Amino acid sequence: MIILISIIVGLALFFMIGVSARSALQAVAPAHHKPTFRDMPLTASFGLAVILFYIFVAVFAPLIAPYGESEVLGAQFLPWASPHYLGTDKLGRDMLTGLIYGARNTVGIAFATTALAFFVGSFLGLWAALVGGWLDQSLSRFVDALMAIPALIFSLLLLTIFGTSVLTLILVIAAVDATRVYRLARSVAQGIVVMDYIEAARLRGEGMWRLIRREILPNAMAPLVAEFGLRFCFVFLAISALSFLGLGIKPPTADWGSMVRENATLITFGDITPLLPAGAIALLTVAVNFVVDWQLHRASGLKE
Amino acid sequence: MNEIWRMIGQRLLLGVLTLFIISVVIFGATELLPGDLARELLGQSATEETLAALREQLGLNDPAPLRYWNWLAGVLQGDFGMSMATQKPISELVGARLGNTLFLALYAAALAVPFALLLGVLAALWRNSIFDRASNALALTAISFPEFFVAYTLILWLAQSGLFPSMVRITGSTTTGEMLYMAFLPALTLTLVVTAHMMRMTRAAIINLLASPYIEMARLKGMSPMRVVLRHAVPNALAPIINVVALNLAYLITGVVVIEVVFVYPGLGQLMIDAVSNRDIAVVQAITLIFASAYVLLNLLADVLSTITNPRLMHRK
Repeated sequence: MIILISIIVGLALFFMIGVSARSALQAVAPAHHKPTFRDMPLTASFGLAVILFYIFVAVFAPLIAPYGESEVLGAQFLPWASPHYLGTDKLGRDMLTGLIYGARNTVGIAFATTALAFFVGSFLGLWAALVGGWLDQSLSRFVDALMAIPALIFSLLLLTIFGTSVLTLILVIAAVDATRVYRLARSVAQGIVVMDYIEAARLRGEGMWRLIRREILPNAMAPLVAEFGLRFCFVFLAISALSFLGLGIKPPTADWGSMVRENATLITFGDITPLLPAGAIALLTVAVNFVVDWQLHRASGLKE
Repeated sequence: MNEIWRMIGQRLLLGVLTLFIISVVIFGATELLPGDLARELLGQSATEETLAALREQLGLNDPAPLRYWNWLAGVLQGDFGMSMATQKPISELVGARLGNTLFLALYAAALAVPFALLLGVLAALWRNSIFDRASNALALTAISFPEFFVAYTLILWLAQSGLFPSMVRITGSTTTGEMLYMAFLPALTLTLVVTAHMMRMTRAAIINLLASPYIEMARLKGMSPMRVVLRHAVPNALAPIINVVALNLAYLITGVVVIEVVFVYPGLGQLMIDAVSNRDIAVVQAITLIFASAYVLLNLLADVLSTITNPRLMHRK
């Protein structure tokens, strides 16, 4: 019964947020972008609204949160009641505060990691496609070898060697994901480097960096942007999984993955508190996926 | 028939080559560390004697190629060396748990593959219907959920009411029936995680084919939609379906790590996490190699199967 009610409430919320976000975006958007937002599916507008909400919470975390990030306020595992609306955690820290700061820490770290993986991966991919020859061959075979090991397992191996800290976490995940970005960037760029205008630019004597930045990158942007969204989801889930396993972001830094881990015992007493940070992770990845799905659909020009 | 065997032989050789390269990567990764592995493992406060003892134990005084050769020779004979944390042979630690992990992965596969194929075929058959749209949205949602979210939701829902146990305790006297009962929740979690992707790909592969002229021909002959999909579309969509099934079974292997921790399941994943926190590098290397081999083997199998199901690939000109 409770499940049925929560499904209905969830669907109602989804439609409300989706419809209102779509009309709000349509009102705000400049005139020539209005049709884009008018035709967007409900899932996409819902996704955009959720992403904007997360960004808002992450930026203004210290203003919204009722307490300090790692302030110990009293007894552990308090129930949901004022002044701790979502109770307290294992160390007696306010759960709501943890969730709000988690938006800043978890999402921020995942974003930085994705950006790093993207910068390295797409630069190497475009470079390999442009130069070709032995550089392309050796880089690609090296990436092939790394990709034959499952991503999570390979990150675990690297974390064992380099130790677990936030910096190594970022570097390790970025390195593992850069191999995937490299593949895509290289295959996209290979279609571009054979074009006549690249030949012309080479004859003009343009340097390698300028060729990549001014000639190839603008034409490879659309698939790379969609890949950025997908990659962010993978990175975000990987970091959360590692934090959940106790190998990623560690307390006192508020983080959703480790919050699930610390409060997991509550679930055996029928308390849904540990599901809140897990749900926060799930909601953001769903939202990003919805938006990416819409973008891919738009880019492919499919009309069903 | 000969051609099949020759192809399988070629793929096997390639697989062995891949595994060799993987073993170099796994072993070589320790060489990336700037400075001394022994000091990194023991910390700054370690005395010179303990450092020397650990270097001796890990064989760090030998040059890297020699150490790699010794390690590889040991692995090929089923000897992965000693675990530093527990001082037991790794093959002993791994042996007991490998069976448990394989059991869980096979259990989940047995649930997920028929379920995903059925959903995919039905979604393709009733394209753009409510069923199709709902299952697509649900699948996209399920893909984006972290495994532990699914796992804890299921625990809250199914274990709270006492239907299934939320922890897996395996002793010597546990029967297969009890195993199936106890491992149901972890297997169900894995199923939900991988079904979505398989279902979406099955649907896409079939829908791609539905636009071809021979399908239109079959329709014009007055065949029922079910027969068109099952007899005409599915056989030609087998290759991509087999590939995505294998890819997801390979994904099961990594997904198993998180889920084993949630359900306290005594498998390889849990062993690996313990080894990573203890920085027990030899154990982590051994398990990485096992997981990677399973991954390579599954991909190999998919490659062979999808070639066999497609006559055009079998008789290439």
